[in-house]
Amino acid sequence: MSNSNPLIEAIEASYKRSDVPEFRPGDTIRVHAKISEGGKDRIQVFQGVCIHRKRGGARGSFTVRKISHGVGVERVWAVNSPRVVKVELVSRGKVRKAKLYYLRNLSGNAARIRARLGGYANELLTSGSESSEPQGD
Amino acid sequence: MNFQIGLIAKKLGMTQVFKDEGDRVPVTVLHVTGNTVTAHRTDERDTYTALQVGFAEKKANRASKPEKGAAEAAKVGTFYVHKEFRVPAAALAAHPVGSQLGADLFKEGTRVDITGTSKGKGYQGVIKRHNMEGEKNSHGQHEFFRHGGSIGCRKTPGRVHRGKRMTGHMGHERVTLQNLEVVKIDAERGLVLVRGPIPGPNNGFVTIRAAVKPAIKAGNNKG
Repeated sequence: MSNSNPLIEAIEASYKRSDVPEFRPGDTIRVHAKISEGGKDRIQVFQGVCIHRKRGGARGSFTVRKISHGVGVERVWAVNSPRVVKVELVSRGKVRKAKLYYLRNLSGNAARIRARLGGYANELLTSGSESSEPQGD
Repeated sequence: MNFQIGLIAKKLGMTQVFKDEGDRVPVTVLHVTGNTVTAHRTDERDTYTALQVGFAEKKANRASKPEKGAAEAAKVGTFYVHKEFRVPAAALAAHPVGSQLGADLFKEGTRVDITGTSKGKGYQGVIKRHNMEGEKNSHGQHEFFRHGGSIGCRKTPGRVHRGKRMTGHMGHERVTLQNLEVVKIDAERGLVLVRGPIPGPNNGFVTIRAAVKPAIKAGNNKG
């Protein structure tokens, strides 16, 4: 984010939320997303691996990938979107890339990500993965 | 003629906002604090009626003598930008000289027209300037890839048609975008958030007016 104008940053700050836990690419997360269908809202839970995380303060976004009935499904959300009701951290993964697009070409065991212990994972998992920790970049 | 009153604004830059239902909207942030009515144009004196508005205050020691003289006579400050907005004669009384115009002139969800000076691109070829296609990159083509092709005929007419699109200076011209949605008004901070990009660089000056096309339809655009 290259905006240095304080008025623009004030607008963006008003859309920032602090209730999303820290998570990084490779982590398995559970997203409670609001879905509007026929004028009604309902919550859909989408659990998968975060394969992309775009920072950029209020404009950040993330992609979650899961295998559903043998088909890869990816969804992209803005971190601060009102449609993201809740994000839960399920487990941390050990990866060496920031963007895990290579997972799209792998399947089965090869697409598995090894767990990483320690760091913010311990705290969040023991506290029912609902505590809100400030997002550190 | 546009008889909608408007504001001068500074383009601060772009960001995004969320609507309640979750839609992400790209917006340009315009700062309008400090729009001051600096003069009236009246039928008796000028044969037309308008408000002269000043924006972006200028230090008195930077202003020229004529600028200072006009400012002192009207008891207002000196400004970097002045702009006249044609208004009906009846509207002059509502905005006396020295009064401020703010972001609350516009309402969220309405449409506005924005006029600015586009970013200068310098001397550009026909592909960038006129969206021409250029030539093939293969099939033995050589040395002519980004040319515009033939520019005319033969003995008849024996000249190039007037207005033939060729290379030249691009950008840095007056551009008006019509019917842009006002996404949000922040009257306290003096901000108008307009959907989408607008002409010119950040920190450049633009003018915002109520959109003329819906006004014509509704019959509200007569002096």
